[in-house]
Amino acid sequence: MIEEHDQTEAAREFGFETRQLHAGQRPDPNTGARAVPIFQTTSYVFEDPESAAAYFNLQEYGNTYSRIMNPTVAVFEERVGNLEGGSGAVAFASGIAAQAAALFTLLSPGDHVVSSSALYGGSVNQFKHMLRKMTVELTWVDPDDPDAWRNAVRPNTKAFFGETIGNPAGNVLDIETMASIAHDHELPLIVDNTFATPYLCRPIEWGADIVIHSATKFLGGHGTSIGGVVVEAGTFNWSNGRFPVVADPSPAYHGLKFHETFGTYGYVMKLRAETLRDLGAAMAPFNAFLFLQGLETLSLRMERHVENARAVAEFLESHELASNVTYPGLPTSRYRPLVEKYLPQGAGAVFSFDCAGGRSGGQELIRNVTLWSHLANVGDAKSLIIHPASTTHRQLSDAELQAAGVGPGTVRLSVGTESIDDLLWDLEQGLAHVR
Amino acid sequence: MIDLARYQDPSTIQRVLHSARTIAIVGLSGNELRASNFVGFYLKRHGYQVIPVNPRETEVLGEASYPSLLDVPVPVDVVNVFRAPDALPAIARDAVAIHAGALWCQFGVINEEGARIAVQGGVPVIMDRCLKVEHARYVGRMHWFGLNTGRITSVRTGLQ
Repeated sequence: MIEEHDQTEAAREFGFETRQLHAGQRPDPNTGARAVPIFQTTSYVFEDPESAAAYFNLQEYGNTYSRIMNPTVAVFEERVGNLEGGSGAVAFASGIAAQAAALFTLLSPGDHVVSSSALYGGSVNQFKHMLRKMTVELTWVDPDDPDAWRNAVRPNTKAFFGETIGNPAGNVLDIETMASIAHDHELPLIVDNTFATPYLCRPIEWGADIVIHSATKFLGGHGTSIGGVVVEAGTFNWSNGRFPVVADPSPAYHGLKFHETFGTYGYVMKLRAETLRDLGAAMAPFNAFLFLQGLETLSLRMERHVENARAVAEFLESHELASNVTYPGLPTSRYRPLVEKYLPQGAGAVFSFDCAGGRSGGQELIRNVTLWSHLANVGDAKSLIIHPASTTHRQLSDAELQAAGVGPGTVRLSVGTESIDDLLWDLEQGLAHVR
Repeated sequence: MIDLARYQDPSTIQRVLHSARTIAIVGLSGNELRASNFVGFYLKRHGYQVIPVNPRETEVLGEASYPSLLDVPVPVDVVNVFRAPDALPAIARDAVAIHAGALWCQFGVINEEGARIAVQGGVPVIMDRCLKVEHARYVGRMHWFGLNTGRITSVRTGLQ
């Protein structure tokens, strides 16, 4: 039964701050619980054999097993999908798992992917080694050069991949242009929106077809949990002939045609019912609960993150021991026009700079700061500092480091929400040891 | 370019879902892997009377199939269309002739002339929307699959 009073809210377009609190959740129908209940269960009792069969056949929306779906995780998925403006989302145990699953759903052996060369080091490793093991070919392109993307397309290309804000060099992707090139070739554009979050940029609004996140970062925002999520825009035509893995009868699901059957969420249904089912990297319900706690304050935290990041970037830009500050939000950044278009509320809070003294200078700074935490993560409410060449990007060759914008003295910052004076004080006293 | 938004009004969708009891599915396939069969199966589970309209079938999902809407012996609350878009004008004329409560065209079944015929004949139109998806959106189970229902409410309801 559909209740009459439901009709009042459906037509309203609620604001971002409302949706980050409410999307995907309603008061629990059984108990009235206002907070999202943690459904710490592996499995779900079926009403009868017919219902069980209908759930497994995907003829009915029903819970079967928490490797594939869980009501707490589902609230997180819907909330991120809603904030990004997609048709739906699937959560994973990590951002890297989400990224692998997003690609595995589209790719077959012998396929080809065109990717920005300015990616997170972990993503470079995954693409370079794991995808190669699956005999998927890869072409790295300069993310700033549209012709490079266009010229890299081959008959077996299946996707374009880039980051909204590159890690750590701060390249801003011209999403609309790259999406239009991808669509000219009937290809989807996949965008990693981890550094921007949907509060600062919603790639789907600019034509992206799939958005992925490491939820570990700003979505969760408190450095408590590892997780990832994939969002489908819902507008890509998977039945264009290039994607038989999504459109044709699936041998892994008794001949189901995912795109024909599920339309605007054909890809995410396949991602869940096959890829998540078979890779098994499911998000834990408790982690989903913590991510939801984080999402409730996403806009508030991001406002403060970008305010502090801008101040730290300006401080470093005028500091004699720092150079090459890559914060794209600086007026001097070559990405300024793209920031004004795609990131008008702020260019995130992660960037790098080159410390005087090269490798030893960077390490000396990190050794001497006392408030900034030396660790391999970003997007925590606490400020973080790391030396990429000896950590996150350690497995990369010199040429790859250069392509990723990482030099020997490069220090990466993730600016937190502390008192800005304290953050600047600590950097100043740390830099004093570099002198 | 057809303005689809006028055929996707959430209030109209909910009113149709709320008031309908009989749903004639034009182009309902007996193949259980086809989208039409998925939708018919789902609607039956949720208590609607599903009436197959397909000249190539005699019975689908345990229900007698009729060659056309004009042959259906009971009042039809919703005509749900799984046919090629160019078949829509003729179906819309039939929907008007039998005084159907609404004409609901599935994903991709977009035809402006068909929509105009139905609306001018007093039959509200929903177009490029899936009946199963919209039902799941408002009944609530769609939440369980991480799909974006777009719903925001703090009202406690006993729906599952």
